[in-house]
Order: sequence, then C-alpha cells, then structure tokens
Amino acid sequence: MTSIFDLQIGDSLEEITLHPVSRIDLIKYAGASGDFNPIHTIDAEASKAGLPGIIAHGMWTMGNLAKLFTPYLEEGFIQDYKIRFAGMVFLEDVITLKGKLQKEREGLLDFTVAAVNQDGKEVINGAITFKKYV
Amino acid sequence: MFKDIIGKRSEKVKNTVERGAVKKFAEAIGDVHPIYVDEEYGKQSRYEQNIAPPTFPRVFDYGEIEDFNLPNVGLIHGEQIYHYKRPLLVGEEVYCYTEVLDYYEKTGKMGLLSFVILQGSGEDKDGKIIYTERQSVIITETVRKELVR
Repeated sequence: MTSIFDLQIGDSLEEITLHPVSRIDLIKYAGASGDFNPIHTIDAEASKAGLPGIIAHGMWTMGNLAKLFTPYLEEGFIQDYKIRFAGMVFLEDVITLKGKLQKEREGLLDFTVAAVNQDGKEVINGAITFKKYV
Repeated sequence: MFKDIIGKRSEKVKNTVERGAVKKFAEAIGDVHPIYVDEEYGKQSRYEQNIAPPTFPRVFDYGEIEDFNLPNVGLIHGEQIYHYKRPLLVGEEVYCYTEVLDYYEKTGKMGLLSFVILQGSGEDKDGKIIYTERQSVIITETVRKELVR
C-alpha cells in the first residue's frame, strides 16, 4: 500500500463501487446505528412520506464514504469530515465513492469527497481533512 | 417556534465505545478493516487498541434537552460535520451531550422551513473534547404543524 502522503494535488483516491443497495444493508445500518426511522426500511412508511420507495440513511452513505481513508489510519486520522446530503439513495442504486486531494497544508491534507449514483449524480458531497501523525 | 431553545444543552451521559457495537457498525457500513475489529491488529497498531469509524458517534446516547423533542419521522438531515482531536478507542468511556447551536427559519419553494443546528460533543473522563459533531436538521412546514398541534 502506498502512503496517502505520496498523493499529488489533483490526484484521486482509488474509487470504491458498492454493490447495489439492498434492504438488508439498511436494516443492518438501522440496527447498528439505532436510527429506526421507518422510511429507511418499511415500504408503506416511505410511501406515506411521499417517497417512491425506501431511501438509505444519509449517515449510511456518509459512513461508507469514509472508508476511502481507512487504509491510511496508521498514518493519520480524519480530523474534519463535512457532508451535505444532496440527493436520495434508493434500493438497487449503485454508489461509487470518490475522493480527490485539493490542498496540502502543514501536516494536513484537504480532500473533496463525494458519493455518486449510477446516473452520475452526487448524492452526498463534502470535504475531509486528514491530519498526519508527526 | 424554537428560538428560545438556542443555547440549551443536555446533561452529560456516560457512553462506552463497545467492541461489539463497533464491529456491528463497521459491518453495517461495509468497512470491516482489522484496525476496527481485530484485537491483535489493534494492539500492534500505533493506537495500541482498536479504534472506531469516524461516523460511529451516531450510536451514543447524548441525553435529552429539556422541553425539546424532535420527532423521529419527517425531518430532513441537511448537513453533518465531524471534528476530531483524535480517533475514538475501543473500550474507552466517552461523556456525551448535545446542545442547540442555532435555530432559524426560511421561506422558499417548499414553504416555511425551520433549521435546527445541533452539536453533539464527546469528552474523555477529564472533560477534554475528543470530537464534536454538528448536524443541521430541517423541519418542513407539514411536520412543523404537527409539532405545534
């Protein structure tokens, strides 16, 4: 594995494409996170809320996106992680996780990050600042 | 509606970064890296312990703010921001509380929207901040009507 500090400005982290979103993914996240809002798991509740189907927890997508950085957690850690929830994620959506190095400051790497669906739409986007251990 | 709630906060609640909970969480976000789940790997790491994923603080109990109850249903999560001084260690105790940083209203295409900015904090036993997490929650006019009723 290469070091995250070998990246040049403009370089991207290796993309990760998730398997199509399944109901069991969201049931598992509901259980693990304690977020049992039923629009994430139960069809009837989603349609009552005016949705065409159940949608993923925004925090499920945000949790997934952070794994772009997991291989580097011995070199540093995620100091700042800021996300805007921009679109909904439905069952069977195929989500790709992306990160790009924008700036280097003293011991800090600033990335833009996004999760993008199969139509190329960003469902969440934001920024991560990775702090290096000295 | 919530203007007078700005600045209110909950009492601190003691939480533990439980090994089993971290494993379940890592599985749920498809990030079962040994740094999170393998005890031996954790011991050999620079942390000398397993750590928790950055969005794990979702599972903690932050206590209740008096006279302030958001419904579980019908809210829109607009933004989420984490700030860490260091990663959370498996097994450690974290003292968590939440406060209302701001409340404001805007009228737009979707009618009247109310924004609540909540900040959760996690401290170590000496009261030193480990992380903060800020979320903006949007309350739509429909949900708001039910709240007021």
